[in-house]
Amino acid sequence: MSRPHALLELNGVTKRFGDLTANDSVSVSVAAGEVVALLGENGAGKSTLMKILYGLVRPDAGGISMNGQPLHIGSPRDAMSAGIGMVTQEFSLVETMTVTENVALSAVGLGIVDTRAARQRVTAAMERIGVDIEPDRLVSTLSLGERQRVEIVKALFHDCRVLILDEPTAVLTPQDVRALFATIDRLRQTGLGVLFVSHKLREVAEISDRVVVLRRGQLVGERVTSEVGVGELAALMMGVKAAAPVGDTAAAVGLPTEASPDAPAAPDRGESTTAQTPALVLTELTLERHGRSIVDAVTLTVQRGEVVGIAGITGNGQTELMELLCGTEQTTSGRMEVDGVDVTRSDVAGRLAAGLGRLTEDRRGSVVPQLSVEENLVLEDLPTYVRRGLVDRTAIRAHAERLIARFDIVATPAAAVSTLSGGNMQKVLLARALARRPRLLVAAQPTRGLDIGAYQFVHSQLKELRDSGAGLLLISEDLDEMRALCDRIAVLFRGRIVGTLTVEEATSERLGVMMTGEAVPA
Amino acid sequence: MRLVLRGRQPRWVAPVAVLAAVLATVVLTAIPIRLAGANPPAAFHRYLVTPLSTTAGWYEVMLTATPLLFTGIAVAIAFRAGYWNIGAEGQFLFGAVATTGVALALPGLAAPLAVPLGFLAGAVGGLVWATLPAWLKKRADIDEVVTTLLLNPVALLLVQGLLNGPWRNSSSGFTDSDRFGHGYDLPALIPGTRVHWGLGVAVVVIAIAGILLTRTATGIRIRAAGQAPRAAALSGIPVNRLRWRCALVSGAVAGLGGASQVMGVQHQLTQGISNSYGYTGVIVATLGGLSALGVFLVAVLLGDLSVGAQNVSLVLQVPTQLGAVFSALLMLMVLSAMSLRRYRVQWSRPRGRRTPASGGGS
Repeated sequence: MSRPHALLELNGVTKRFGDLTANDSVSVSVAAGEVVALLGENGAGKSTLMKILYGLVRPDAGGISMNGQPLHIGSPRDAMSAGIGMVTQEFSLVETMTVTENVALSAVGLGIVDTRAARQRVTAAMERIGVDIEPDRLVSTLSLGERQRVEIVKALFHDCRVLILDEPTAVLTPQDVRALFATIDRLRQTGLGVLFVSHKLREVAEISDRVVVLRRGQLVGERVTSEVGVGELAALMMGVKAAAPVGDTAAAVGLPTEASPDAPAAPDRGESTTAQTPALVLTELTLERHGRSIVDAVTLTVQRGEVVGIAGITGNGQTELMELLCGTEQTTSGRMEVDGVDVTRSDVAGRLAAGLGRLTEDRRGSVVPQLSVEENLVLEDLPTYVRRGLVDRTAIRAHAERLIARFDIVATPAAAVSTLSGGNMQKVLLARALARRPRLLVAAQPTRGLDIGAYQFVHSQLKELRDSGAGLLLISEDLDEMRALCDRIAVLFRGRIVGTLTVEEATSERLGVMMTGEAVPA
Repeated sequence: MRLVLRGRQPRWVAPVAVLAAVLATVVLTAIPIRLAGANPPAAFHRYLVTPLSTTAGWYEVMLTATPLLFTGIAVAIAFRAGYWNIGAEGQFLFGAVATTGVALALPGLAAPLAVPLGFLAGAVGGLVWATLPAWLKKRADIDEVVTTLLLNPVALLLVQGLLNGPWRNSSSGFTDSDRFGHGYDLPALIPGTRVHWGLGVAVVVIAIAGILLTRTATGIRIRAAGQAPRAAALSGIPVNRLRWRCALVSGAVAGLGGASQVMGVQHQLTQGISNSYGYTGVIVATLGGLSALGVFLVAVLLGDLSVGAQNVSLVLQVPTQLGAVFSALLMLMVLSAMSLRRYRVQWSRPRGRRTPASGGGS
């Protein structure tokens, strides 16, 4: 498949981890001015391939070449000096440094840094790709979306010839995605090769020139984007046997579908449950920091059996709202009731007792990596598993085995959670939250970075919870996910709810306008 | 040179890594032993085997291990909670001071009252010495590594001040305290030997700590708080309160060690009462993997080494300090092996090597 002017070429790259073959003789090439999409589910071997390209993992066989010259990439530094830039899913920014310092950090050696010159260069680099972030801001004050933009600037700062973007849109809002795609377009015109790693078909179809599909470590197809339909790509990616009904597949991979199948049922559920105590009532909930309202008088009700979404661009108070809901941040003023119980002043344990369940955005920060799967599963209910002062290991094991079976978690009960993949970790968290039969579940980005199988599984579990009569508050930046699950969508802008739409009213255009702070469009 | 994370590995790797570390320690220690003019195999035999080859030797090893059992488990309890208590030395010393204070104030007390009171005083002393760093940590998030460490020499100076001043021996004038009343003498655990009831108390404390850390809800919470404080807090675990309590318990246990040493061995307060037991406790806890059984085994091993070192220096005329060299090297080697188990060292940038066609990797 190699092309005459291939810039970066991977040839027969193979990597095994024990009896698992992560990459099985994979060959990919990227030419100058070409955007190649690497498409595959989580666990298909994309991340391993990227780590090999970036010198973080050594291949067992196969080679990499740049401009026809064989390359040995033993470290990210080697990759950078060879002209390979990478923006990973997990950011490598120093939070206590400014944007300029972070960008310059990777570019300078020892010695004195000319701060002013660095600042100018960083500003210029940001302007070139249309990023508008104050260069003297501390990274710790940036939102996830802004941090990713800094990462991109950082990668571009090294005169790279091939830029690898690993799931770049996972943390972006629709507007940010548009900006990113415009940037990629400009990079393509300047002759940069771009390797776009994603499992989102729609994005791949839109931005790439060529698509390479990985499945279970093997290259299962290579197509010119303009000559292939998304349906074919989906079939390739998921394996022919797994092909679900077209509508489901399309929804799962983030394709726009005709009206969500759940939508019509929503009003009925609402009517039949209004007489009951709402699952969640927020009254003028406010969080002030340094005199500014980060969460500004949020008033919201979630009925039982209802799913309410919170949409918004990253950094408009979603993270802080989540912290207020979870009880890891103290409310400045306002009131919060879960299932009729005032939990405004309750700590985390009190909220859990009132029936609150949580699925937080930061998965790794929500599990104890060195503790086993079974211990993590009972972490919030330890008193239930104590007999005569000691924990009942047998009961804990049985509980874990039940949940592992029910939630299809690929792990043994005694395995440390740190050894699990992202999808399985999320399943552990989901299992822990749902096993407590929460009256209200708040979920932030519950499917971010998950493959299609896990994505559908999480959604089906969330729907089951809703159907059992619990309320669900979904904080997400994935509008397709919102439409698939929510009955109503509230839009958060600068900590305020600027409007609430029913799912039928919530077109992308309306939401988009509201997310920039306009009031409810008529 | 840099470290690269290894992939997954089979179960046998960890024990093999430790074994390799022990072998490396033996090889490295052989060099100074040889330089000191002794025969290394003979020296190692005396270091490790001779003390355990006689019953009397076993008693001596257990006696030497007793204070390390206290400080080791004290450090392990705090470390488990993510509280880096490096102050077991000071807590041990202040525990000894507190016990001495009681013993000197109430010299005539009978054993059934004196012994429990002495231990209680030691525990309270250690707890008091641990309170300030723990409180600063809780209130203002001041790094406990620094504060606990800095309080160690303060405790030592306090001991020296007391022994040079109010507690100077009234009969000999030496800088030792008066001998305690006989009610405070810990009875022999094994009649006819120097092994005293402090060992019994240490074993009980270790057993309780082991059960607490592995078999109770509190233990799981402590580990969660220590390893992933944010996740623990999110799960409703009061991380700071747990750390605060573990810090105080850790201090109390180290203080018990001080009490055991003054009542069981010296029967008076001396300047050298601690012999760095608190610092060695950090080694014991770390090498023992912060587990109760690990702490017990490592404390006994170091007791063995330390008794052996005296034997070696007497018989083979090499410095006693070689024993300390042995245990320090052992710690370095084991910790290195543990890191190497997880990471691979890449020595240098490969010189323009041709792209490996196949079978190239690690």
